[in-house]
Amino acid sequence: MIKRAKTTQTITLTIDGREVTVPAGTTIWDAAKELGIEIPGLCHDPRLRPVGVCRMCVVDVGERVLAAACVREVADGMTVQTNSEKLERCRRTLTELLLSDYATESLREQKTGDDALLALARDYGIERSAIELPAGDGRPQDLSSPVIDVDHAACILCDRCIRACDEVQHNNVIGRTGKGYGSRVSFDFNVPMGDSTCVACGECAAVCPTGALTDKRLIVPIQPRNELDSVQSVCPYCGVGCAITYHVDRDANAVVFAEGRESPASDSRLCVKGRYGFDYAKHPQRLTVPLIRRDDSYPKGPLSSAVKGERRKKPGGLVDYDEVMPAFREATWEEALDLAANRLKEIKEKDGPSALAGFGSAKCSNEEAYLFQKLVRAVFGTNNVDHCTRLCHASSVAALLETIGSGAVTNVFADVHNADVAVVTGSNTTENHPVAATFIKDAAADGTTLIVIDSRETGIARHAHHFLHIKAGSDVALYNAMMHVLIEEDLVDHDYMRDFTEGFDGLRELVKKYTPEMAQEICGIPADRIREVARVFGRAGSALVFWGMGISQHTTGTDNARCLISLVLLTGNVGRPGTGLHPLRGQNNVQGASDAGLIPMVYPDYQKVASPESQKKFEEAWGVSLDPNPGLTVVEIINGALVGSIKGMYMMGENPFLSDPNGNKVRKALANLEFLCVQDIFLTETAEFADVILPATSFFEKYGTYTNSDRRVQVGQKAIEPPGQARFDWELVCEIATRMGYSMSYKSAEEIFAEFTSLAPSYSGLDYENLKPAGKLWPCPDPATSDGVQLLFGDGFPTESGRGKFVPVDYQPAAELPDDEYPFILNTGRILEHWHTGTMTRRSKALDAIEPEAACQMNPDDLTELGVDPDGYVKLSTRRGTITLRARGTPGVARGNVFVPFHFREASANILTNDVLDPFGKIPEFKFCAVKVEKAGSAA
Amino acid sequence: MSDAMHAAIAGAQPSQRAEKNPDAPLFEGVYKERFDSILTRYPNKRAALLPVLHMAQEIRGWISPETMTRVAELLELTPAYVRSVASFYTMFALRPVGRYLIQVCVGIGCDLCGAEEVTERFLELTKTRIGETSDDGKYTVVEVECLGACAFPTVVQVNDQVYENVKAEEVESLLKELD
Repeated sequence: MIKRAKTTQTITLTIDGREVTVPAGTTIWDAAKELGIEIPGLCHDPRLRPVGVCRMCVVDVGERVLAAACVREVADGMTVQTNSEKLERCRRTLTELLLSDYATESLREQKTGDDALLALARDYGIERSAIELPAGDGRPQDLSSPVIDVDHAACILCDRCIRACDEVQHNNVIGRTGKGYGSRVSFDFNVPMGDSTCVACGECAAVCPTGALTDKRLIVPIQPRNELDSVQSVCPYCGVGCAITYHVDRDANAVVFAEGRESPASDSRLCVKGRYGFDYAKHPQRLTVPLIRRDDSYPKGPLSSAVKGERRKKPGGLVDYDEVMPAFREATWEEALDLAANRLKEIKEKDGPSALAGFGSAKCSNEEAYLFQKLVRAVFGTNNVDHCTRLCHASSVAALLETIGSGAVTNVFADVHNADVAVVTGSNTTENHPVAATFIKDAAADGTTLIVIDSRETGIARHAHHFLHIKAGSDVALYNAMMHVLIEEDLVDHDYMRDFTEGFDGLRELVKKYTPEMAQEICGIPADRIREVARVFGRAGSALVFWGMGISQHTTGTDNARCLISLVLLTGNVGRPGTGLHPLRGQNNVQGASDAGLIPMVYPDYQKVASPESQKKFEEAWGVSLDPNPGLTVVEIINGALVGSIKGMYMMGENPFLSDPNGNKVRKALANLEFLCVQDIFLTETAEFADVILPATSFFEKYGTYTNSDRRVQVGQKAIEPPGQARFDWELVCEIATRMGYSMSYKSAEEIFAEFTSLAPSYSGLDYENLKPAGKLWPCPDPATSDGVQLLFGDGFPTESGRGKFVPVDYQPAAELPDDEYPFILNTGRILEHWHTGTMTRRSKALDAIEPEAACQMNPDDLTELGVDPDGYVKLSTRRGTITLRARGTPGVARGNVFVPFHFREASANILTNDVLDPFGKIPEFKFCAVKVEKAGSAA
Repeated sequence: MSDAMHAAIAGAQPSQRAEKNPDAPLFEGVYKERFDSILTRYPNKRAALLPVLHMAQEIRGWISPETMTRVAELLELTPAYVRSVASFYTMFALRPVGRYLIQVCVGIGCDLCGAEEVTERFLELTKTRIGETSDDGKYTVVEVECLGACAFPTVVQVNDQVYENVKAEEVESLLKELD
């Protein structure tokens, strides 16, 4: 499809006696804004398509009737008057009419104090009691949503919410119902908002001008903006990195409400987690004092009955503090830090540096990640440092480094708008990267052909022009067949391949046998559909490929990613607008934590540990000699703990008990550690195995930079004070380092960032000042004038030959296939409202209210066959463990498949998962193992 | 039937809604042809919504949420938008209705000539309230705006059949006639 071209024609007109020249197609409202003239309006919002329904913005263009400025396009020679007695009279009458049927109390006026209709009434000096117009019969309130109050009586039917829902977020929940006095906005088929398909993104409440749709209070009463401090920061959840303004009540030391703010990454949009999931920081269960395990709580083991794996009376919730806390005693910082440092030092001296290991976290900042890996490398003396990226995109990064020499995305997700074709594969984008999904949905509605390939029919599939519902784990076969078609029908870019790639002959040979007919047998997609989709992709002038954990979390994860890279190289879709490779990153700082070197094989900025040159560089920078051997990865470290080769660990913000595969094995491994120091904001399942627990600060209590999926480095600003004695993560790392004999001291996070950027060429030139307010993409050679480099590798790749390499791979089935005993396929992942191991989201009032309980998703026909009632329970067993949880009939899940979210400790998906690894990326196969499903009575 | 009250087309009988199958496939076979031909009459799919809804009601007897979802898919609209339109027009039934949908005109002419009593009588005899369906599934009585036959008050439309000059005392015989 061809995208609409932007016009270059201009138009000159006069507004209130002043001349202005604007591009053709501009509205009077926008042209007036150019001149600094504000025209009143209710239904218009600059972010929405104008509809001109409220008529408040009428202006005089010298015609018989007045024109609505928000929709009327400018014309050459037009003379516009925005203010006159006649116009005032019209606007005043309209205001009176709207007020005659308006709610007595406006929830918006009570909360944020910015009801636009009441503001107009004040401007025109209208007394509501003096209005002599008939009112309707009254319209009800709908308080059913956990996050939004609906007051139909305060609705003026401006349709802003409908446009925000349909055209900004593409969730299509809101419409109108009825007519006359009875008309009002409605949700789905006129059901209460809380029962509708609303995903609680809050975009409607954000654009509503009146008291009809308002945010519910979360922890403290909502107050007007000007009575609160506003803090420009970012979202603590996913890799999209939405820009947020937090409105903070200083007296209550709490975030009151959150608003999206302007940024290329998010365009002021937010999802339910970003908008309503900030209150976990104020949860009473925050750790506030250092804790040391009591002598009588040895030998170590799990403490709560849930983590012990015992049966509990009822399911649910978080770590039971009553069961766990008695095993610990409060300590002073001196005592706790001395103990941690001394024990780690003892193990280092006794068993050597490689008996130590550290897990950092992709939820920590670049500064914390940099400092943590420096601690492990320079002070522990080992490269055994890794973090949860290993569990999400390690295979993608392995494939990218091997083929194109860089693990970074080659283009930003918002550029999907310039793509003729977008492929989304193995990504439940609408739930896992909701705001990135809005850009993809936008593009799909505006001329980009969207191809979705997945083993589940997820939300984004509903927006696809082509949806290929493949069999789980069959990716390589499908992509090889697509390449077979591209080569056979000569839909490849010969010039691009000649100039920028190598190894094509091997690929051509290998994919010869992958005819669409052969692939059909493996992936379940009819051969002619494979041909059709391959042609759509091959003929695209520009194509952008997005992928998620559905690609990476397999034993063939690296192979899957190699295929996607080959597809893109074959068609020359790199380095131009609307093209590229974009593995969507999971956590808010997955990209940054990897950039900062929380990886066992590389120093910051992917400088290889095994390279003597890099080693020398960092030895000089840090003033110590470094271990030249790459360290162990996450699962290898856990295996090391199990066999006793890893004896001491320091974990900053990780919770492997829930996040790592084969939970029963992790339990044994953690119990087997001689010493474990856990630094976190809550008592996690992992902390039950700790010797020392250090209370850290949450995202909202500290400064730091975070790098999103686009490579956009953004500053997270401190919004509130930390609770009790909690301290910055980076301070604690410095304390441990210094006590272990390596002096580490910084004045601020900013100073750490400066040290990091001096060692990481990709971040060169960036600092806190030039990163505000909307961040910069790395690399950014000229931060003073540029937003950074959006498109990478237009002229070759950072490989030895400068070329991108085709790595042909054969299809291999998953490691553990279904059989008679375990006939179903288990898939695991996230759901919209929750985050990883649930430590944050399950302590967020709104998110917990929406999704309080674990539920697996299965095909309704499978549930019927098993005799499971709607919302009944099932028992899931694999060769590694058993869990019991509710089952929800989900038509998008194919028969023979089960999807389990991994956020819920009482039904931990990772008790079931297989810890077998991809040989290259060392990523476990979270997305595929054989499982048995049985009907169960209840969760107990 | 009295001389005064008569069906607008002599001898005509209203078609029964009992033949409607609420689960009937939408827009297949002959209906698919009609659907396609409707689309050719309009510049875009959105504009075809009203005639498509009429046809859906003709097939299924009422406009269910499932119907609206399907229509939305076919016309590339949001389900909520389809419902907005369907809920605006009283001729679309958003709830299942009886085999006989009795629509009493309450426009100004009929209202002055006793429409209220006619309605009351229908409700009394069918033992229902406005918009509800009788226990035997036969009748649903609704009030509608002007049916465009103001010279013959009170006007009553049963399914697709119009009755003119209906008086309260004639309602019983009208109902009998339907059986």
